[in-house]
Amino acid sequence: MRRRSVLRSVFTRAVTEELPRPVATRQQPRFKGSLQLRHVDVGSCNGCELEIASAFGPHYDAGRFGARLVASPRHADGLLVTGVVTKNMAGPLQKTLEATPEPRVVIACGDCAVNGGIFAGAYGIEADLDALVDIDVTIPGCPPHPTAITEALRGLTGR
Amino acid sequence: MTATVTTSGLGASIVTSIVQLVMIVLGGPLVLGVMAKVRARAEGRIGAPIHQPLRDLRKLLTKESVHAEHSSAVLPIAPFVLVATAAVAIVVSPLVTTTPVLEHSADLFVVVFLLLMGSIVLALAGLDAGTAFGGMGSSRAMTIGALAEPALLVAILALSVQAGTSNLPKIVAATLAHPSWAAGPERLLAFVAFLIVILAETGRIPIDNPSTHLELTMIHEAMVLEYAGPELALVTLGEAMRLGFLLSLAASLFFPWGIATSTNPAHIVIAVVALSAKVVVIAVAIALLEVRTAKLRLFRVPELLTGGFVLAVLSVVTGLVTR
Amino acid sequence: MTLLLVGLGLGLAGAIAGAILPVRVRVLGTAVCSSGACVMTFGAATRVLATGHAVTLHSAAVLPLTGIDLRLDPLGALFIATTAGVGLAASCYGVGYAEHALRSRTATAMFPLFLTSLLLVPATSSVATFLVAWELMALTSMLLLLVEHRHRAAARDAFQWYASMTHIGAAAILIGLVLLATNAGGQTFTDIRTHAATLSPALRSIAFLLVLIGFASKAGAVPLHVWLPRAHPEAPSPVSALMSGAMVNLGIYGIIRVSGELLGGGFLWWWLVVIALGVLSALYGALHATASSDLKRLLAYSTVDNIGLVLIGVGAAGALLVTGHRSLAALAMLAALFHLVNHSAFKGCLFLGAGAIERATGTRDLDRLGGLTRRLPFTTVLFAVGAFSISALPGFNGFASEWLLLESLLHGFAAHGAATLVALLAGVAALALTGGLTAAAFVKAIGIGFLGQPRSDGAANAHEVTPSMLAGMALLATPCLVIGVAPGLLATALDRASGVALGTSSATPLRAGLGLGLPGIGSAIEPMLLVAAGLAAMLFTFGVVRLVARRSVRRAEAWGCGRELQTARMEYTATSFAEPLGRVFADVLRPDHDIEVTHVAESRYFAQAIHYQTRADDGIERAVYRPVISLVAVWGAFASRAQNGSVHRYLAYGFVALVIVLVALA
Repeated sequence: MRRRSVLRSVFTRAVTEELPRPVATRQQPRFKGSLQLRHVDVGSCNGCELEIASAFGPHYDAGRFGARLVASPRHADGLLVTGVVTKNMAGPLQKTLEATPEPRVVIACGDCAVNGGIFAGAYGIEADLDALVDIDVTIPGCPPHPTAITEALRGLTGR
Repeated sequence: MTATVTTSGLGASIVTSIVQLVMIVLGGPLVLGVMAKVRARAEGRIGAPIHQPLRDLRKLLTKESVHAEHSSAVLPIAPFVLVATAAVAIVVSPLVTTTPVLEHSADLFVVVFLLLMGSIVLALAGLDAGTAFGGMGSSRAMTIGALAEPALLVAILALSVQAGTSNLPKIVAATLAHPSWAAGPERLLAFVAFLIVILAETGRIPIDNPSTHLELTMIHEAMVLEYAGPELALVTLGEAMRLGFLLSLAASLFFPWGIATSTNPAHIVIAVVALSAKVVVIAVAIALLEVRTAKLRLFRVPELLTGGFVLAVLSVVTGLVTR
Repeated sequence: MTLLLVGLGLGLAGAIAGAILPVRVRVLGTAVCSSGACVMTFGAATRVLATGHAVTLHSAAVLPLTGIDLRLDPLGALFIATTAGVGLAASCYGVGYAEHALRSRTATAMFPLFLTSLLLVPATSSVATFLVAWELMALTSMLLLLVEHRHRAAARDAFQWYASMTHIGAAAILIGLVLLATNAGGQTFTDIRTHAATLSPALRSIAFLLVLIGFASKAGAVPLHVWLPRAHPEAPSPVSALMSGAMVNLGIYGIIRVSGELLGGGFLWWWLVVIALGVLSALYGALHATASSDLKRLLAYSTVDNIGLVLIGVGAAGALLVTGHRSLAALAMLAALFHLVNHSAFKGCLFLGAGAIERATGTRDLDRLGGLTRRLPFTTVLFAVGAFSISALPGFNGFASEWLLLESLLHGFAAHGAATLVALLAGVAALALTGGLTAAAFVKAIGIGFLGQPRSDGAANAHEVTPSMLAGMALLATPCLVIGVAPGLLATALDRASGVALGTSSATPLRAGLGLGLPGIGSAIEPMLLVAAGLAAMLFTFGVVRLVARRSVRRAEAWGCGRELQTARMEYTATSFAEPLGRVFADVLRPDHDIEVTHVAESRYFAQAIHYQTRADDGIERAVYRPVISLVAVWGAFASRAQNGSVHRYLAYGFVALVIVLVALA
């Protein structure tokens, strides 16, 4: 790959794909223009993690719509949950949710979080995610496409 | 004290000080937004709009606060002290005008120790919840602060030696009267020291990574891990104000041209524009530096800060030798 | 003068009361007497400070051959007033403290006597009177140090260090003063002052160095400080407060009185030595304070640090005086005295607070404290006032004096001569560096000591201490706040004292209202306005947040990454807090680390137990004092071989000696 100087990057066009402005809906977005998420991997194969990283990367750039991943659930508006809920992670998931200040959302990212996916019914699993917490937004897909993740986040920020 | 101020003069300086305060309260978060934007563009992203930090603050105000079960009154009080100390430092300093309110008290020592007060209460708040992360953040922040504060003090002192006063508005006025000072070697040394301190005090790369998610590499972020909602908004605002203030102070002390020397509204407007331009230039430079450099290993940071301190001392020496 | 004598008399009465009264009333009796002594002497001192006129007394009655000479001038009065303030607080605090310790006959008799000697030293005006008072102070403080030796073996060790250092110091002072008195042909301070100029420069310098050694060891200046971090922590807390808040002051007093006033300034290099001692003490003390995890040891090292700052001021004053900048010298001296007074207030408060913690929790090891904000709310607030003052936060008294000290050094840059400038620059750098380190040390003291979860049962079951102890702390916390907000109140008194110290009429460039101002360099501070502005900003922010923000607050478990079990053992300790700084300054602190790992029997990849120990000993003690001590021990062993207790051998020694004498005479 050709090395580009930092200054040139700043002044040339971004590699990010332009997306159309969101269609105006009657429903008010819950977090207008600012959404911080704590990512919780409760038993993922890391396929979803790759796609999330991609969604926040240069091409899809979910960050431009006001979404951001943060380090502490105290700073977050919700949890971005990936994977099936394994026995070891059920407790930490609950604690993380309790640590998140209201109002908060839970986003189930990927088939495993939505309905167990290919791991449904396997031996190490505590329960389905929706049996343990109230899910507000689902992003199906195994793994979900970065565009799908970005669209789900845009639905919450309204940008 | 010595100068008697007429009522209208006092009123005017109060107004200009409030202009300074409003400018930094709004401008501090915007500077953060600009730096994030530059970073995003350097990475080839479009990035969030530059007013994103203000949106985040507005959103945080609508959320509930969460206090850790073992925490005391320190946790909720600290954000207010942080914001108040930054506000007092901004109000008394010569940023937009050389005649801010309480200008006689605008001493370099006052400003440095007001900032130290903010750092101390925040470090105490980090220890208040009794968690490993908070303690780690406080310990590291105080380690870096213990080296950065002296460098800041001595860096400004270098200007004091040259101007013969430790009063900040007088230093700025003296620099305006002697434009050739700005190019002197002691100014250059002091400016580099000042920049290093700004990086340390505001937790930027290469000293701290403000966007890290890994607790073990955190410094400042680990300290405020327990804050939520409006209190987090205040902490973030306080930090943004400190960043805006330090950048503005650097701009005013080292490149004061454009600053208002009277309370004429037209001059104030010009000064606001000039200061914004100067601050944005420094902020963009720091952001580009951040993109270009990797974060230093924690125990390499003191070497950088000690280097800053030595530069500041050298600057004083140069000032004493060349006077 | 009558007031002073009545005060000193009350102190002696307290000592007698402590010795003869029955146990139930003697604590209260001595406390009343010593409080009375403090109030009276404080009155006498403030009168002298207010009028600026010295009072004198000579009586041939008390001491045989020489009589006693007392003279209360503004310089001495400043020290007496400070001591009286700390003494009053310590006496008041002692009532509650004595419920457990400090109630034995020795303790109740010695405490007023120690206080009286502290009040007496600055009022003496002849070599003999001074030395008697000085020795009384040394002996009583030594006995008080031993009061709790049955509970703590460390107290005995501390006593040995303290006794040796004090006596070496006293011997040096004795020789130095006698040298001066011999030359003057009279032993009053007035004689010495008038004849100082006739002394040859070499002798004058020798006398200076001797008294400097003595007084600097009392003040705890590095490298003569080794006794201080042992003795101050091991003494009972009211005594620690007096030691750190009043006794170390007298070391500074001695340097100012003898070298500055009596010898009339001397040579530039004297004062450069003093500045060097100050810089060394400030940095060394501050570094060790950040590394200590014993609360009282931390405070003791921070005393070394603050004494260093004062010495920088005193040295700068002397250097500027000798180079002919009288008014700048007066300013530096004023700043040094100001910081000394402030240090007495906040360090006294902090030591009393540390004693309260020790009383309430049974330990003063920061690694075992924590969670005291709810259990000891008043102590927490009072300790925090002291800690914020010592960290020089705006609105507290340490800020005003450190500002003035820095300004006086900045002012001093107007002086010429490379040596002076380098010394002043070193002083500025030390002042700046200690500011940051002190802040780190006291964030550790409050953050680890009071906040978080309790780290031991003692801390978990602590209860607030008695009202008399709280009152004692409050008596010292109040001046921290009042002087912090209105530092100008003390300006006149300090001005008079520094005028006496430098033998000039008051001509400092300081202008004081409620705040402080230096028109010459256009610098000023008005802490009251700053505090008002800060409070207004806080209230405004609070109001705005109340109006626009959501107001619900929820209590939840602290965030620990979703870990199942979070206990106080996972908290940061004082040791871990100080570890990064310890590593940064490893060259000075030279911490010892011992790690012992025990593996499980099956595999050495799994550890069963990890034992970690870290220690930051005093490097100077190890490098300088230990070799001397082992040398003395070798000599002692040799001597004890000669002296084995056998009467026959002693008779043989006597016989041999007699023969030698006879041979020599023949």
